[in-house]
Amino acid sequence: MKILVCITNVPDTTAKITFTDNDTKLNKAGVQYIIGPYDDYALARAVELKEQLGGSVTVLHVGEADADPQIRKALAIGADDAIRVNAEPLDSYFTAAQIAHVAAENKYDLILMGRESIDFNSGVVHGLVGEMLGIPSYSPVMKLDINGTTATLAREIDGGKETLSVSLPLVLGCQEPISEWKIPNMRGIMTARTKPLNVVEPVSGEVLTSPEKYSLPAPKGACKMIAAAEAETLIKLLRTEAKVI
Amino acid sequence: MSVLIFVELDNGAVKKTSLEAVAYGAEVAKLTGTTATVLALGKADASSLAQTGAFGAGKVLHAADEKLTHENSLAYADVLAQAVQQENSKIVIISKSGLGDAVAARAAAKLKAGIVSGVTELPVINGSFTVKRSIYTGKAFSNVEVKSDIKILVVKKNAIEAAESTGTAAVESFTPALRDSDFQASVGSVEKASSELSLTEADIIVSGGRGMKGPENWQPLLDFAKALGAATGCSKPVSDLDWRPHHEHIGQTGIKVAPNLYIACGISGAIQHLAGVNGSKYIVVINKDPEAPFFKAADYGIVGDIFEVLPKLTKAVEDLK
Repeated sequence: MKILVCITNVPDTTAKITFTDNDTKLNKAGVQYIIGPYDDYALARAVELKEQLGGSVTVLHVGEADADPQIRKALAIGADDAIRVNAEPLDSYFTAAQIAHVAAENKYDLILMGRESIDFNSGVVHGLVGEMLGIPSYSPVMKLDINGTTATLAREIDGGKETLSVSLPLVLGCQEPISEWKIPNMRGIMTARTKPLNVVEPVSGEVLTSPEKYSLPAPKGACKMIAAAEAETLIKLLRTEAKVI
Repeated sequence: MSVLIFVELDNGAVKKTSLEAVAYGAEVAKLTGTTATVLALGKADASSLAQTGAFGAGKVLHAADEKLTHENSLAYADVLAQAVQQENSKIVIISKSGLGDAVAARAAAKLKAGIVSGVTELPVINGSFTVKRSIYTGKAFSNVEVKSDIKILVVKKNAIEAAESTGTAAVESFTPALRDSDFQASVGSVEKASSELSLTEADIIVSGGRGMKGPENWQPLLDFAKALGAATGCSKPVSDLDWRPHHEHIGQTGIKVAPNLYIACGISGAIQHLAGVNGSKYIVVINKDPEAPFFKAADYGIVGDIFEVLPKLTKAVEDLK
């Protein structure tokens, strides 16, 4: 079983988002970066599948060198080697083209990633990669088992879930509870230092969309407090003031 | 050259979020001096398809093949790409959902189209084509220029006010070529809480957190939701503890919702939960802890015991009727 796990390098979920350079760049000062939480689930399941079935787990990141500590963490969690495509991932199509290029060269049975990156929240890279490679893609996958060349998976659909059986190779966008996040142990951290991290240059690809300017939401007005003893007032306000019921 | 809108169906009827996408597509069509065409797949209710005309659609392409009734993003994307080519469409509009993103992505790769997901406003077209999208899970926005010839916009709920007028759209039958390779997955069980309102479609959501103290205490919340005609959600700890099913989990790693009214009961308001609800028009927070961070993100707040407050609210709603 040859598994590729694509990870994103994103601001921590609790990070305060601000912009610099006339609102054209994220202000990275004081922002802690992490492996995307959904990608972390994908990685954890990949490592479990490798333990169960043998094979290898390769981590792929499209991004710049500041992601290397997060890539090392993925190696410490149990990936065997890593590839970093040295390019800023600003457009889904461009990013997917990079992943598809690496995948086409190395022929993986399974390509896992998070259902979406938590910076741009597009949730489209798995679908793009699947189509570029001409193989099926499914998301969000909550359960994944492999039996021979068949994957059995459960994915979330609107208001419920369904199970599917489908032949490998596949591209899957993952979310909990596909696995539990893994924390690297000391041995993992030590061995991660010497595992290969290959940096490759991007293949040329068209950038079809480009961010021009960032902005923050308008600040929220003060919260109107209602005494618990007069809770009914809330319903009146929702009808007459907010007009939402 | 028409603007093409891919719609999702629920039991043959066009989903409300998709009707919003139709209204959005119709506005884009006006901006670009063309018409809006709807694409609907699988078994569909003819009157519901025609009703998209009231939201601005000029015509509906309906691919009625029974094989397309079950949700299948691979086949849907293939059919969408064929419809884009037939109509010579340059702009495709899809409502944001798991299915919408999947269809948009695979169609984009087929058409070499630029794709922007999470669009929150109408595009600005003056020489260039720019749209505003939500990023960092609602903590910020980005204005994105789309440079490709064909553009796919995946639009968030509440991106525009979808006003229903009169008018019906002409429904034309569409017979795309279907590929066997798109139908190879065998579908096992489908679990769908069909009686419940879908969270992503709901106008009002009542949500419970750890402050509800246990799964056995949910009845007052369910009663309140029922009185309001609201869907019910929950916080991550509640879903992790199995007090409520996982598909009710709202937040950064769960479902993102954007109702008109979000009522949080006994949820402290961790930033990961706020990330899932910050698209809501109005937020009400009920919590016994006056220091709960959620109050900072709320429009209305009540500090008090959930189990005393909820029955009062339910009664007040019933008294309105």
